[in-house]
Amino acid sequence: MLRTIRIILAALTFTAITLLFLDFTGATHAFLGWLAKIQLLPAILSANVVVIVALLLLTLIFGRIYCSVICPLGVMQDIIAWLGKRGKKKNRFKYSYSKPKTWLRVVMLVIMVISVLLGTSAITALLAPYSAYGRIASSFFAPIYALVNNLFAAIAERAGSYAFYPTEVWGKALSVVIVAAVTLIVLAILAWRDGRTYCNTICPVGTVLGFLSKFSLLKPVIDTEKCANCHLCGRGCKAACIDTENHKIDYSRCVACMDCISICTHDAIHYKPVWGAAKKGEVKVDAGRRAFITTTGLLAATAASAQMRRAGMARDGKVVPKDNPAPETYITPPGSVSHMNLHKKCIACQLCVQACPNNVLVPSGSHDRFMQPKMVYNETYCRPECTACSAVCPTGAIRPITKEEKASTQIGHAVWYPELCIPASRRHSCNNCERHCPTGAITMVDYEKPDGRIVKVPAVDSSKCIGCGACQALCPARPVSAIRVEGHEIHHTI
Amino acid sequence: MSKIDRREFLKGLSIATAGAAMTAGGISLKAEESAKSFGTMEYRTSKTGDKVSLLGFGCMRMPTEDGTRNTPVDMEAQMRLIDYAMEHGVNYYDTAPVYVGGKSEGIMGECLSRHPRDKYFIATKMSNAWGDQSFAASKKMYLNSFKELKTDYIDYYLLHNIGAGVDIFNKRFMENGLLEFLVKEREAGRIRNLGWSFHGNRETFDHILSLHDQYNWDFVQIQHNYLDWNHAGGRNVNSSYLYQELASRDIPVVIMEPLRGGALANVPETVAKKMLERKPTSSIASWAFRFAGTQPKVLSVLSGMTYMEHLQDNLGTFSNFEPCSSEELEFLERIAKEMVEFPLIECTGCDYCMPCKYGVDIPGIFTHYNKCVREELMPISSADDNYRKLRRAFLVGYDRSVPALKQANHCIGCNECTRHCPQDIKIPAEMQRIDEFVERLKQGREF
Repeated sequence: MLRTIRIILAALTFTAITLLFLDFTGATHAFLGWLAKIQLLPAILSANVVVIVALLLLTLIFGRIYCSVICPLGVMQDIIAWLGKRGKKKNRFKYSYSKPKTWLRVVMLVIMVISVLLGTSAITALLAPYSAYGRIASSFFAPIYALVNNLFAAIAERAGSYAFYPTEVWGKALSVVIVAAVTLIVLAILAWRDGRTYCNTICPVGTVLGFLSKFSLLKPVIDTEKCANCHLCGRGCKAACIDTENHKIDYSRCVACMDCISICTHDAIHYKPVWGAAKKGEVKVDAGRRAFITTTGLLAATAASAQMRRAGMARDGKVVPKDNPAPETYITPPGSVSHMNLHKKCIACQLCVQACPNNVLVPSGSHDRFMQPKMVYNETYCRPECTACSAVCPTGAIRPITKEEKASTQIGHAVWYPELCIPASRRHSCNNCERHCPTGAITMVDYEKPDGRIVKVPAVDSSKCIGCGACQALCPARPVSAIRVEGHEIHHTI
Repeated sequence: MSKIDRREFLKGLSIATAGAAMTAGGISLKAEESAKSFGTMEYRTSKTGDKVSLLGFGCMRMPTEDGTRNTPVDMEAQMRLIDYAMEHGVNYYDTAPVYVGGKSEGIMGECLSRHPRDKYFIATKMSNAWGDQSFAASKKMYLNSFKELKTDYIDYYLLHNIGAGVDIFNKRFMENGLLEFLVKEREAGRIRNLGWSFHGNRETFDHILSLHDQYNWDFVQIQHNYLDWNHAGGRNVNSSYLYQELASRDIPVVIMEPLRGGALANVPETVAKKMLERKPTSSIASWAFRFAGTQPKVLSVLSGMTYMEHLQDNLGTFSNFEPCSSEELEFLERIAKEMVEFPLIECTGCDYCMPCKYGVDIPGIFTHYNKCVREELMPISSADDNYRKLRRAFLVGYDRSVPALKQANHCIGCNECTRHCPQDIKIPAEMQRIDEFVERLKQGREF
């Protein structure tokens, strides 16, 4: 019964969170966005005291049900483990008790804490379970979803319906895909073979909650009088935390999945209140080799990453695609406050990148802000009516911002390059940047060409420019725009 | 070229057919002329207590001998029209010294003097904007109207076509003492109602209306129809403003241009279809006339009728008059918006404009836009119930039919295409209009 409830709840949250990453229309963000915000690490980074306290209390009462129900990476491992258990009966009881690898857990936690404090975001991003899942979902599940959507869109188009419209299928950056692939492969192997190894050796969130769950009120407890020493519970425990010889459960590793309760044929395990901390299981040194491989694998992927060209752009024989040089100061989305804020708080979960309807946000390939979002204005720009990324960000790296606040937030400023500008360097007149500037920061002024002719060219009032990139994206000069945005390290307010 | 030739040929053919139909109508008319009954004419009451027919007879154009403006007026046809109108209750006849090359007053004098003087009201004007604006010349024009119209009093006398500026008004009527003279004429009873006809800017309108306390305007004539109500183009003022200002001062309003120069009798096909679906047996023009007569302070709606069919159609509209319901007013407001803001673009898809140097898919954009206008998929107002659905259809359909890189926002207005367009479409202007509309939808602005 308890197990069934756990499975239903886990299925619901997992589906909903996954949908959050798949939905490119923004329709679900309003009512599912909270699921990203109740993840522990994002809540800590955004200093969301209510969520932190609630999660700590939840763990102190029920144990690590966070890991079994709320954490999408945990649920994903359960699904993989379940797939690995199907078939022969011996597969269902293939686990065995293992000694805790407390030293590894503590080392990982320390690394995590230090990296959060120092702002070495790449390490934080790699270790954070929620963002690891975000990268997997956006790299592998989202393209499948997009492909199916595009199939529907093609059918809808033939049928004259407007219910579906096509979207871009492939990921925004190869680096993210590689990291996600390595994470997924390592996790899949670990979970298929040994269940929750990652959660109980590497995951820093698991370590913190594991420490608390030792003191939780409700725990599964083995009733030694009823126990027939069949060891079935220990062989069915995916967390490998039931020491059946000694009738002990290592509660720091137990994820409160309730499997053992269902497994026990002698009704010897009950989920019930226990006052005070249970005794810790014995600690023996056992090198966490698999865990070691996991981390090195993840780090190797980091090194192997490379920036991928954005795919899926509408190419046209006559129109040369834009290929603008990167700005000297990179651009971060409105609401991110400053480079430093984004850098320190972003765990690179890719939710904002997925949510951006204009494909302006892309993961950075730079080593010091690896996989964190930056803005690229080639064929698109940050449209005035959109605040999607700020609405979904769970960590406060991009703070919630209204359309009005966005309209007065200067994330950068436009710079004009006369040698590329069509009216200044060629014979056509053009004022496309001026006409599309949402803040009226561009005025057309007289300009004397080398041949003495006077033409109208854009002049930017940087006190009004908010750096949205409309001018850059709609500039007819190709492949490099004649007006381009430079980012602001700290956003200004008009 | 063969395409154009064929179109020209078809045009000619349809004109010929229409002409034949008209003649046939004229012939059949004679047989049933006296039998035709329209019901009771609607009358409105003026300040002086006149019962004025809501249908007024405008005398700016008259039937000519061969149907063009270059030949003399067909007196016989005009007399028949006036007799017929008189017989069916039309009693307001609006002329001016400058109409029909200066002949209108004289012809109306001929036509009207065949009827008892107390059966009709004459409206004529001080048209001193054209020519000498001295007091002497103006007074001469005024006195000549009596002679031409064979009368010793004028029921409705208008300061003709004022509104282009306060200084022009002062020059025509104030500095030369003309208005003081006309007010004295009103006191003497030779002018029964004194008013003015207005075309122009709001500032002048407000100024002349502010003289009401001093001169007590008896009526005012304005351009009013369902387009001008909220969508007056050019230098004109929305007639909703004009009407409400006048009505709040209890000044009766005479309506001119109820068809906006004929445009509302010849609306786009999609609009005509909607009207016919609602009232299959009513003419397209009747909608405009009913709209013009709906407001309660409207004294008379002028229609320049040069064909018997038009007169009969109008008599049908204004007898047993049925004002527009509030639902019908909304319907006409939507139509107006559609006609003013979303006119069809006459693109035939010949591709002469292509390729665009900047990648814009000109025919593709026009095709999508026209498709939405024709199939009534245009999100006309953000307040509509189905606005979200239409907005989505327009934007999704736009992306489907034109790739993002080839959409209207990439038009820089270089104008290279315009000279290739055999339809003479102002392509960059239309591109900007569509781009502006797309932005409006994308940004969710209210409109």
